[in-house]
Amino acid sequence: MSDASRSRTDPLGQGQGITRRQVGAVALLIVGAVFLWMVFAQWPDWLDAILISKKAFLSAILNGLTLAGLYFLVASGFTLVFGLMRNVNLAHGSLYLLGAYVGYEIADRTGYWLLGVVGGFLVLAVVGLVMQILVFRRLEGDDLRQTLVTIGISVVAADLMLAVWGGTTYQYLTPDWLSGAVRLPIVTAVRSNGSEVFLAYPFYRLVVLGAAIVIGVALWLLINRTRIGSMIRAGVDDRAMLSASGVNVHMIFAVVFALGAGLAGLAGVIGGSVLSVSPGEDVRYLLASLVVVIVGGMGSIVGAAIGALIIGLAEQIGLVYFPTYGVVLTFVIMVVTLAIRPQGIMGRSL
Amino acid sequence: MTIARRTLLALTMATGLTAPSLVLAQSDSIKIGLLATFEGAFTVLGEDAERGAMTALEEFGGTVAGKQIEIVKGSSDASPDSAVRAARKLVEQDGVKILVGPLSGDEGIAVKDYAKTHPDVTFLNGSSAAQDTTLREPADNFFRFSTDGAQWMAGLGDYVYNEKGYRTVATVAEDYSFPYTQVFGFMAEFCKAGGTVPSKSWVPIGNKDYSSVIAAIPDDVDAIYVALGGADAVNFLSQYSDAGGQAPLIGGSITVDQTVLTAKGRMRDVLIGTPAAGPTADTNDAEAWKTFTAEYKKQDGAFPSPSLFAHAYYINMKAAILALEEVGGDLSDDGAKFRAALAGLEFDTPTGKVSLDDNRNAVADMYLTEVTEADDGTLVNKMIQVTPQVNQTLGIKADEFMALGAVSRENPSCP
Repeated sequence: MSDASRSRTDPLGQGQGITRRQVGAVALLIVGAVFLWMVFAQWPDWLDAILISKKAFLSAILNGLTLAGLYFLVASGFTLVFGLMRNVNLAHGSLYLLGAYVGYEIADRTGYWLLGVVGGFLVLAVVGLVMQILVFRRLEGDDLRQTLVTIGISVVAADLMLAVWGGTTYQYLTPDWLSGAVRLPIVTAVRSNGSEVFLAYPFYRLVVLGAAIVIGVALWLLINRTRIGSMIRAGVDDRAMLSASGVNVHMIFAVVFALGAGLAGLAGVIGGSVLSVSPGEDVRYLLASLVVVIVGGMGSIVGAAIGALIIGLAEQIGLVYFPTYGVVLTFVIMVVTLAIRPQGIMGRSL
Repeated sequence: MTIARRTLLALTMATGLTAPSLVLAQSDSIKIGLLATFEGAFTVLGEDAERGAMTALEEFGGTVAGKQIEIVKGSSDASPDSAVRAARKLVEQDGVKILVGPLSGDEGIAVKDYAKTHPDVTFLNGSSAAQDTTLREPADNFFRFSTDGAQWMAGLGDYVYNEKGYRTVATVAEDYSFPYTQVFGFMAEFCKAGGTVPSKSWVPIGNKDYSSVIAAIPDDVDAIYVALGGADAVNFLSQYSDAGGQAPLIGGSITVDQTVLTAKGRMRDVLIGTPAAGPTADTNDAEAWKTFTAEYKKQDGAFPSPSLFAHAYYINMKAAILALEEVGGDLSDDGAKFRAALAGLEFDTPTGKVSLDDNRNAVADMYLTEVTEADDGTLVNKMIQVTPQVNQTLGIKADEFMALGAVSRENPSCP
């Protein structure tokens, strides 16, 4: 905006030096060019010495991206529910873990992994619906009690799941067409005989990234381009007014809660297939989605995507380059965000 | 009215919760605290540890010197502060005079330090195997009849250098005292034989995503030494197989333990043929081991073969009961006689003779193993050789061994 107004008062627009936006664009171009060079060029020895190896660096970036995809799937449901209902659902991690176990059972018994994915989503959507109708509707408008009840639910759910599935680590058997590694057109090293070594990357992880992008775009379209989306957005802004204009707010709440829980269940199956399923995962993913949503901004889908990207990359790069203190990095990012922009990167000030 | 009723209800519930412990405090029973990881990433390990302790208890019919043994359980989550909290609860609230535990390395060091503040309580280790629990600044009332992580590695470094022909090995291990001890034990032999370790990766405990760590391992090493436990090991192994891992693996003691070998998933191929060393071997055909396995299997949810956690808790619990038998269940002198009996105790375990050194750390036989597929399709550790009576200084003179320094990320080093 400031650019446009300036060019009106000073038609030549020169002699004033370069604007901040131009500096930003040039800096972005330089960073982009350096990054592209790092991806495609063969690294000199001094760069290898700093960043271990090209393979390690690029794998960390790719893993950060795929982890971000997973975090986004979990956090998007969390942020949707918060945005509409002002309900911090601290049982969201339990929904993730339950989805993972349910999906495992379905995939294990039927032998079809995709059925597990669909089943994880549907079963958890129903669980979410039941939770909304039986628990949260009774406590409507009482934010603190709702939050406390979710803590209670998560504690009970964790013990029940431990009783049913035990403490063993489960691992999905993904179908053959998803397994194995693909060779990316990126040369990581050149052997002494001149042949090139390409970067190999697990295909399934790329699929996770793709699925997260597709779901993210679909959610954005749902919120911004459909009738129910406009109702949800109206509900975020003013619940009472939406209700007064004749919309069944309870129905909207139920749909959003079911969608949020279903997404957590879906993420459980997908995440359980990349990594593994074991007790304790519920707390881990609850913490991850809390950090993602705090950094990205409560109640915003785009914010969840940005937050997931930052946290996923920070976690993986930290793990490779300073493993002992890597865990701290995530929380440093959260603290800095809270200090500079308390409402989160994309959040609206409350 | 409502408030009064609610208060009454709360009081009733509080009484209901505390009453059982009051009733059970009988004078003709001996209370033993059992501290293990019944929560967190090491839950499976803790559950098996309990099976081991219970196997020892049942061997004596649950009684010693005419007194009933009463087990009070305490739960930790593998973090040192949770272990100390559970130990405090057992000692200060439940009033146990004998405590068996904890399970994990850092927990052991923390509980050892706590033991110094309660000289009248006798602590027997569970399965924790960090070196400094007994080697440096030991506590007079802490006994370890199971051995430490460096002792467990006996024979492995020489075996992979001479028999397998590995010359350079990269290590991947969790970032705390027990894996430091395991890497130390492995490298002590391997580096002495002439091998080198150009790259060591330390990962936080409970890490899930190892793919970046795997990518950072140099391509030109002959093998990868992996010291991870429980869910961490399962995650690493399956992701390593996904990434098309080429280099053969060498296992730390708990990496190829039954707690990992029985996990459901797709890592069989990378596991089969992995050499490792530890205090047990699944295919040990000694009569004592077979009897122990049969007794252990009577416990609910038992593995096909006892894990080393079950084994360690069994041995320490058995040591406690044997020493109690020797003193006739008499703990009246703050346990001084009992501790003297423990210090002089020497007995036959399912895995050979065990005795204590001056620091109250065990000297015992170690087993070199290799993962193989049993006839029924389960994975087991096949016994390759036995290294008899390994002591804590690995056969090196005590002062020379102390000069090697405390185990850490950087020590030892042979790039």
